[in-house]
Order: sequence, then structure tokens, then C-alpha cells
Amino acid sequence: MSGFPLLTLLTVLPLIGAIIALGAGKRARGVALVTTIASLALALVVWTQLSVDGSMALVELHPWVPSLGIEYHLGVDGLGALMLVLSALVTLMSVDAAHRVHHQPGLYFALVLLLESGLFGSFTALNFFHWFLFWELSLIPAFFLIKLWGGARRGPAATQFFVYTMAGSVALLIAFLAVYVATNSMDFPHLTLLASTGELEQMVTAHLGPVTLWLAIGVLAGFAVKVPLAPFHTWLPAAYAEAPSPVTMLLTGAMSKMGVYGLLRIALPLFGHQIAQIRTPLLVLAVITVVMGAWAAAAQKDLKRVFAYSSVNHLGYCLLGIFALAVPVAASDTGALTSQAAALNGVILQMFNHGVTAAALFWFVAMLQERTGGHRGIGDFGGLRKPAPVLAGLMGIALFSSLGLPGLNGFVGEFLIFRGVFSLSWIAATVSLLGLLVTATVILTIIQKVLWGPTPQHCTNFPDLHAGERMALAPVIGLMFLVGLLPQLIVDSVNPTVVYLLAHWRF
Amino acid sequence: MLAWTIYLSFAGALLQALLPKGRNILSRWIALAVAVVGLAITVAGFVAGMGQGREVLVDLPWVPSMGVHYLLAADGISRVLVLLTSLAAVAGVLFSWNIELRTNEFFAFYLALIGGVYGVFLSFDLFLLFVFYEIAIVPKYFIIAIWGSTRREYAAMKLALFSFVGSAMVLIGLLAAYATAGSHSTGLVELAHANLPVSFQMWCFPLVFTGFAILAGMWPFHTWAPTGHVAAPTAASMLLAGVVMKLGAYGCLRVGIALFPHGLDPWGFSFVGIGSWRDVFALLAVIGIIYGALVALAQTDFKFVIGYSSVSHMGFVLLGLMTLNQIGVSGAVLQMFSHGILAGLLFAIVGRIVYERTHTRQLAELEQMHLFKRLPFAAVAFVIAGMASMGLPGFSGFVAEMQVLIGAWKVNPWWTAAAGVGIVIGVAYTWRALQKAFFSDLLPSAHVLEQENVQHFAAITWPEVTGVVMLVSVSLFIGVYPKILLDTIEPAVKALLTGGAQ
Repeated sequence: MSGFPLLTLLTVLPLIGAIIALGAGKRARGVALVTTIASLALALVVWTQLSVDGSMALVELHPWVPSLGIEYHLGVDGLGALMLVLSALVTLMSVDAAHRVHHQPGLYFALVLLLESGLFGSFTALNFFHWFLFWELSLIPAFFLIKLWGGARRGPAATQFFVYTMAGSVALLIAFLAVYVATNSMDFPHLTLLASTGELEQMVTAHLGPVTLWLAIGVLAGFAVKVPLAPFHTWLPAAYAEAPSPVTMLLTGAMSKMGVYGLLRIALPLFGHQIAQIRTPLLVLAVITVVMGAWAAAAQKDLKRVFAYSSVNHLGYCLLGIFALAVPVAASDTGALTSQAAALNGVILQMFNHGVTAAALFWFVAMLQERTGGHRGIGDFGGLRKPAPVLAGLMGIALFSSLGLPGLNGFVGEFLIFRGVFSLSWIAATVSLLGLLVTATVILTIIQKVLWGPTPQHCTNFPDLHAGERMALAPVIGLMFLVGLLPQLIVDSVNPTVVYLLAHWRF
Repeated sequence: MLAWTIYLSFAGALLQALLPKGRNILSRWIALAVAVVGLAITVAGFVAGMGQGREVLVDLPWVPSMGVHYLLAADGISRVLVLLTSLAAVAGVLFSWNIELRTNEFFAFYLALIGGVYGVFLSFDLFLLFVFYEIAIVPKYFIIAIWGSTRREYAAMKLALFSFVGSAMVLIGLLAAYATAGSHSTGLVELAHANLPVSFQMWCFPLVFTGFAILAGMWPFHTWAPTGHVAAPTAASMLLAGVVMKLGAYGCLRVGIALFPHGLDPWGFSFVGIGSWRDVFALLAVIGIIYGALVALAQTDFKFVIGYSSVSHMGFVLLGLMTLNQIGVSGAVLQMFSHGILAGLLFAIVGRIVYERTHTRQLAELEQMHLFKRLPFAAVAFVIAGMASMGLPGFSGFVAEMQVLIGAWKVNPWWTAAAGVGIVIGVAYTWRALQKAFFSDLLPSAHVLEQENVQHFAAITWPEVTGVVMLVSVSLFIGVYPKILLDTIEPAVKALLTGGAQ
């Protein structure tokens, strides 16, 4: 309750940076770098302040609009803090990657920092009003970053992105307001408590009739668009492809996590029981997302679209894990409880790992584009390992991380998810394995065609990474190894929260 | 103290009328001074009224034989709405700074309109309220007919006719109520306590409510609004959409619902799910929300987009009123305030900042002008106004719509769902207009190039910047800290709904 308002400071810091960057003109990138480095440092400080039992730490609670149940309520647990670190990291990577913004750099970096603030706000909010404010706030900069700095078909892509997400958000808003009508509360911890005893459903039924399932679907719709879950993913390839690559890093690395986070912070705690009721159709959609994402990636020629669909595939594993663990388990069934915990640990790890890896991959795309004046087709490159060994080597590591090679970060999350899902729903797990196989093919094809193979004439003088780029990339690649080899660095902090959350959810 | 807003505005109007011709600069400054002093008074009245109930400002016998009093009073709802009026008045003067044609006459009508509006919001005597209501109609006609644009005479006449038909319906209802009550007072509080027979309320309520709702832009009586808003000069559009439509909604609440609460009772039978006047008007409100938004989505004229968006947003006000619960009606009042600010801002950007420079309102032509680069101030202002208008959290509109939706959930989930559809369409039309007008990548055609060569856009002037900054700040402030208005609105709404104005 008391103490220094660290989380408020973390959210406000990028806002201040954004205002300074707006007026800084050509120095805006420097301002953004300083701000994002400071934010990352602060996020790491938050990471060290977690409570031992996995409950909320660094809580700030003040009245705001009492008559509407609105409070200024902030806090972090292992899940939230990991997302803060991830957001800070990805934003830093994105700013680092964006060193060729000539057109209105002040506005560009101000919008990036505004987006970072939106991410921080939504990962720390514990009251619906506050959370929704930042959830929507992050949309605006994302829209303009696509619209003003994007590729040739940026207009329709930006609009589609915005309208889809808003439609999902309105469904979410309306469903949540019904919860408010029934409970007079917008406070996540309080509502989680009500839901865990079954009171929430009784209150909703008493006030509004048997609509709880529909409310669950409304809330799910908002997150399904954001993550995305098939068939709500159609906005994604266009948006990811048309956005400038540093912005795509933000979209996939951090913003897509807002959707998964929302499922874990709002949908499962409040509507776990309802989600368990419709678990089978949801699992089917998750499996479709996994398999379809992989197949669609295989069909693409444009590297950005390949990685866009492969992001759909990778986040599909998160959805798979989330929906698979939404099943009532007896307290005595330790095997199933362990599986749930494994799946949830896996989901959270996968969120982090996909964020880092996907951001890195789009960063490499940005570098390839920079060196060739905008080319990004698979067929535009070949045998880069000869002229540019360092680039090829590091990009190969990132690609293998995305593939899920043991020893790299991508493996641990997926392994834990499958470890959990196999015993909770073996059919879903088995079919999803198909996604793993196809993804492996896709990535190996890219490695084969772009990095290995014969070097065509126009690639013989392909410039390698210069020192600055190596310096910037080295920590990211190092992180991939670090998490891959020592996953307990993250799991040790996340696991108490996983246990805490599972103990407070009711399916 | 608040009563002075009325006298001051009418005195200002008189002074403007007496001003010799050609003193345009003086005329502007007088208008601004009157509006700013009005704002100061309403802010002081608002602050002084925090935590207070209804407060009588003036009470003098006027027509003793009929029990008519010159009774001015203010409760929380009035205080909020006069505050809105004064904000809109200041902004309107700022955005009329460039009017050169018969400037003093323009401001004379303008201030008279403002005075009438203040009067309506502060009258607690039915007869007096009706007098101010009529006073407000006349200046509107002249402002549109003389200083307007697109089909201004048609629009002015249409607006006046709709207004008079509405007033006539209200008048019949009020006379009937006065006669039926048999009381010797036309005070709103007394009439609310008169226990009018239920069967009488059943027919009188829809008459009075519809009469007022015409001015609030209720579908299908909304058609005056888009044509009127578009034809009016910028300041008048701002006042029409921002304040005058609120007169209608205010009448619906203060007179319709407060005097005839049983008019909303169930009929005892239902036809396709409609079993009371409440269902009828809620349905019309929801149709207005969706219809207004859909029509706005199809417009080719920038100003018509905003005109129809007002119909959609006022649908939220009427829907909020029909929830008849405290949170929904509070949301309706907050939405009146919020829409007043935002509609003013949108009309100012479209009608003044953009149109006065581009001389076109056709989205197809604006698309070729790359206004984001050439008028970045207007683009940024419209992005913010658009975000606020589509109901993004952090702005006043969100809190208001949220309350209306909560109120509607308590009554009928289908209303909520339909309103939700309206919000999504609202996002679509706002974003469509925004992209076309400011962020298009289209290359200019020869026709537009030719125009552009001759004209360089004039720089943005200080009244424009001041007006935009003021309205945006208010919407942001209320969006982040709605408590400041809600603490005043909620007790007044509660008192009104639980019988009588006290």
C-alpha cells in the first residue's frame, strides 16, 4: 500500500520522454534511447521487488471515481513484471532498430514512447477502467505508426487493424460493464475472488439472467482479436507486413502479449468456469490457429509475412496452453495439477520468448531491407553466410530459437506447454505437433535459401553487420542462450505466481 | 449569482445592436468579454454549488392570477449545463473571430441565443421556461438565414418549423397539465407534486417528450439537425449541436420525465416486445444511434459527417434518459456536457479551421490536399477530437457512454448490445473521415492543383488555438477526472428521479 509509487513512475517515464522527443527533432532517437534504457532499468528493479508468494506487489491504491467503482489500483505479480521487462526490452530493441527514420523523427519516437507507456499501464492496472484506458491508448500510436511510416498499402492495413481491434474492444467493454452492473466492482482482484467462489455467476444471473456465458464470449472476443485467435486473425498479416519493421517488432513483440495477458488477468480469473464449458470449441480454434499459422507461413514469399504468420502460430501455443488448462481438476489429482502448472508456466515463458525472438527476427528483416533498399522476399537473398557471416550466424540463432531448438529460449516455453497439454488434452497436443513440424520446415527453408545455398551475383558484396549493430544484437542473442540454458532465471520468479493464480481460479 | 448570466448576455446583445456599424473589432471584444464573464460566473456558481442541493436564485410573482412566478433556480443538472453553455459561448466567439459581415448584428443574435439558453437551464417555472425556450428559437433562424451557407434559407426555415411544431406540442401538453393539476402555480416543483392522474400522464407524457425530443434530434424527427448544422455558420453549428440540442434533452428530463413519471409505466399489454412509452422512446433512441452512425459513414461532405454524428450521440442521451436509473440518467447528463464540448470542437475544426482555408468540405477534394502536412494543427486537433468523439477512454465521452451502457444493462441487454454496434460504426465513420480529410495518400488532380497554386493557407490564428486548446482540455480533464461533474450531477438526478425537483 505504502512506499514509493514505482509503477506510476514507470508508466509516466515514457510519457515524459515522448513529450521531450516530440520537440527534439533529429535528436529524438537519442531521447528515446535514453528513455527506453531507463525504463528497462526501472522494469528490472520492479522485477526484483516481487512478493515471495506470487501475489501482487508494489500495490498502489487510491480512490478515483467512487460512484462508478473506479480506483487507481496498480500492482505487479510475476506475470505482470515479466511483461514489463519484455515491453521495455522490445521497445528498446525497436528504437535501436529504427535509426533510419528521416521523416518526422520527433513524432515517430514520441508515438513509440506513448505506445510503451500504454503497455506499461495495461500490464500494471488492476482496475478495469484504468486497464481499458491504457489498452485503448496503445492502439492510437500503433495506428499512426503504421499509417504514417508504413509500406505501400498502409492505409487499408492501418484501418483494418484499428477497426477490428476496436470492435473486439467494444464487445469486451460491454461484457465487462455487465459484470460491473452485477457486482458494483471494477477491481480485478476483488472480482477474481468473487469468481473463485462462484458468487460472480450467481450475482450476474440474479441481476441480468443467465448471460454469464455470453459475457465470457464477449470478453474472449476482445482478446481473441488482439492475440489473435483464428478466425479473428485476418487483420494481422497486412498490419505486420505494412508496418515499418521496427514497429512490427513492437506489434508482435509486445502488443500481441496484451491479448494473452488479458486472457490470464481477466478472462480466466473471471470466467474460468464458462471457458471450461466451451473449452472444446476453443481448443479447436487454438489448434486451427497453430496449424493454419504454420501452413500459411509456409505459403508466403515475403519474409515479413512469413514471420507474421509464424507469430500467429507461436501465439497459438499460448492459446492452446491457456484453453487446455481451463478444466476442473480435483484437489487430490496432483498429476493434473502439475500439468496445469506446467502449461501455465509454459504459456508465460512462451510469451516472453516469442516477444524476444519475434522482435529479433523482424529486426533482421529491417537490416536486410536496409542493405538492399527495401527487398524482403525470400527469393531476393541467398547464401548470405559467405559475404556476411556474422549476420547469417546471428540470424541463424534467432531462427533456430523461433524453431524451438533445445538450448535456446524458444524451446523451454513450448516444451512446458506441450508437457502440460498432453495430459490435459492429448488430441489437441497431437494435432498441434503438426504445427511444430511445419514451422520447422518453414524455418529450415529460410535458413537454406537465405543464409545457405549458392550466393547469387547481387549478394556477393552484401555488407555484414557493423560494430554498432553487433553490439546491439549481442545482448539479445545472449539472452536467447541464457533463457534457453537457465530457464529457472525466469521460472523461479514466475512459478510462485503460477501457483497463486491456479489456486485462485475456478474452472 | 447565476442569474446574471442571463441578464449579462441580453445586455451584451442590446449593446451589440446599438453599436455603430464598422466597429467590428470592438464588437468582437465585447462579445468575448461577455462570454468570458459568463464563464467566470458559471464556474463560480458551479464551485459554490458543490455539495448543495437546489438553490433558488430569484423568486418574484409575475402573473399572480395564474400562479406564474419569475422563478430562477439551479440544481446540479442546471449548474453543469450552464457551465457547458458558457464554455460553448466562449469557444463560439473565438471561432467567429473572422466574421466581417454585419459583425455586431451577428453577435447580437448570438448573445441573445446564449441568454435564452441560460434562461431555459435556470427556469424552475414552467411558463418562464417556455418563454426562454421560444426566445432561443428566433436568433437561430436569423443566424442561419443571414450568415449561413449551403441552402441556408431552406435549412433555417426547416429548423424553425421543426422547433415551432415541437414547441406547440409542448405547449398543449403543459396547458393540459396546468389545467388538470388544478394547482395555482406553474412552478416545476409544485407541478411535480400535483399527482396528475395516471391516465392523463399516459397521453400527455409522449406529447411533451416528443415535443422536446424533436429539438434533441430524436429519430425520425432528426432531419432538421444535419441540414441545420451544415448550413449554419461555424459558431452557430457549435451552439446548435453543442447547446441547443441539449435544450431539447433537458426539457425531456426536467419537464417530461419529472412531471409525468407515470407516463413511462407499462401499458399493460405489449406488442413485439414494446410495452410502454419507455420502450418506444428507447427504441427510437437506439435507432437514432445506429442510423445516425450509418448515415455519417456514407457522407461525402465533411460537415455532414459531424452533423449526423450528433444524431447518433444524442441517441445516447435519450437512451440514458430512458434507463430511468440513476447511473443511466447521470450518464445522459454527462453525455450532454461531453457532446456539447466535442460537437463544438468538431464543427470548429471542420467548419472554421479547415473550410475557411480549403473552401471545400467535399471529402473527395480534401483527400487530395494532404492536410496532415499542410495543416498539421487541424489534423492533430481532429485526431484528438475524433478519439474523444468515438468514445475512447481518457476523454469525457467514454465515461458518459459507459454510464449509459451500464444503465441500459440494468434495463434491457438488447439496448446495450445495439448501442455497442453504434459505437463500432462510430469508430468506423470517424476514422474514415479522418483518413480521407487529413491522411490520404492520393495524388492531387489537376483541378485541385490549380486551386492550390493560387491559395496559400493562412496561418492558424490565436483564437483558433485558444478555442481548440480550451475544448480539448475540458474533455480530457472530465475524461480523467469525471468525479468533479458526477458529484454535482448524481445527487440532482437522484432527487429528480425520486420525485420532485428537490
